[in-house]
Amino acid sequence: MNPRILFSTAGRVLNQLRHDRRTLALIVAMPALLLTLIYYVFDDQRLVFNHVGLIMLGIFPFVLMFIVTSIAMLRERTTGTLERLLTTPLSKLDLLFGYALAFGLAAAIQAGVVTAVAYWAFDIAIAGSFWWVMVFAVADAILGMALGLLASAFAQTEFQAVQFMPAVVLPQLFLCGLFAPRAEMAGVLGGIAKVLPMTYAVEALEQVGRYTSATSIMYRDLVIVVGAAVVALALAAATLRRRTD
Amino acid sequence: MENAIEVADLVVKRGGRLVLDHLSTSMPVGSVTGLLGPSGSGKTTLMRAIVGVQKVESGTVTVLGQPAGSPKLRPIVGYLTQAPSVYADLTVRENARYFASLYDGVSRADADRAIADVGLSSAADQVVNTLSGGQRSRASLACTLLSNPKLVILDEPTVGQDPVLRDDLWQRFHELARAGTTLVVSSHVMDEASRCDRLILIRDGLIIADDTPSAVQTQTGTNDLEAAFLKLVRQREDEGVPA
Repeated sequence: MNPRILFSTAGRVLNQLRHDRRTLALIVAMPALLLTLIYYVFDDQRLVFNHVGLIMLGIFPFVLMFIVTSIAMLRERTTGTLERLLTTPLSKLDLLFGYALAFGLAAAIQAGVVTAVAYWAFDIAIAGSFWWVMVFAVADAILGMALGLLASAFAQTEFQAVQFMPAVVLPQLFLCGLFAPRAEMAGVLGGIAKVLPMTYAVEALEQVGRYTSATSIMYRDLVIVVGAAVVALALAAATLRRRTD
Repeated sequence: MENAIEVADLVVKRGGRLVLDHLSTSMPVGSVTGLLGPSGSGKTTLMRAIVGVQKVESGTVTVLGQPAGSPKLRPIVGYLTQAPSVYADLTVRENARYFASLYDGVSRADADRAIADVGLSSAADQVVNTLSGGQRSRASLACTLLSNPKLVILDEPTVGQDPVLRDDLWQRFHELARAGTTLVVSSHVMDEASRCDRLILIRDGLIIADDTPSAVQTQTGTNDLEAAFLKLVRQREDEGVPA
């Protein structure tokens, strides 16, 4: 990797976002608006909102970054810029980590806004600190981004790319413990849940909600979530081929 | 003269179809070679093989002494794809500066100069989306030339350009060649052939002529290259060579 190329790639991706004001507005505002909806859905069930709202602080960035990056990378492929980039001295990791840096920054802003809204507008009751919520929201966003980059390798069209979202995201959402406690799941499902990274993202946020200081489970889950993101990025790098048919 | 490109017995298949059929040729350093032939003849595939982005069945492509596509070549080979591959949501200048940043020792000033060289200075701060087709392809060309590559592969760089600009671009290509750059330029317009030092005429994955424009004209007894191309195709058909 070359730091100059890495940072200029991240800068270029951010520049593209800057030119696309509507996408920028959606990234910043949409999770906060969705959280508002959830707040009113659980209007008279504060405890439920405290739990579901907190989990959503991790899930919104994950889902949105998955979609945004899988489309962004698909565009690189279909417009020929990817092929061009791969004929230059840029390394595949410069490109992928450039994306990670740029969208990681966008995710941090997104997570900051939605978390602030949860705290100050909706007075969400979370035992742990605002900063731990932020750490996991950003980690989840980076995981979503890494999986999005990987998924885009298997999509030839936008139609396929957007459908990977439910394919990758929904099973993780169903099995992460939000809808049904993991302990009560059938053996096979529980086993599958254990190998899905979102399970750990949700578990970590539940820990932040319950304990005032960081727990060892939180640290472990952070390592798992970030580790899964790195593995997905490495696999995505392996799918970028300089030579094609 | 030393060769910048050596293609030996190159076979490429795409989707089970033979696109390049045991093709061999070479291109000397500091020359402008025109790759001509109808759409679907294999021009782009040959160019992709020279750049090293094409999977090949057999044969070798050697570029500046290295196997095509080797990492050492990446800083010194510039490739312009047929469809303009620039970021449509960035300005011309942002595109050029980004591509400039990928090369060691290529500055923002080099990026701006490349934009001026393709006649896009006045549109430099326009988002590519808002440009005409011809301007877009020149924006893409600027991004190819800004790193001052030793070998430049241009896939139909002059399509959609007005005649004055086309003339300017060809003059620029020859300036680069005089400075020692090797250029391979594809076109399906025969009137551009006379601008090249050498011509390679391709049809159905086979080279049907590989010579200077004047030699091709002499050989076919016509001074019109379009007619020469036709004549060569007919000759082969008469000789029973599958065309």
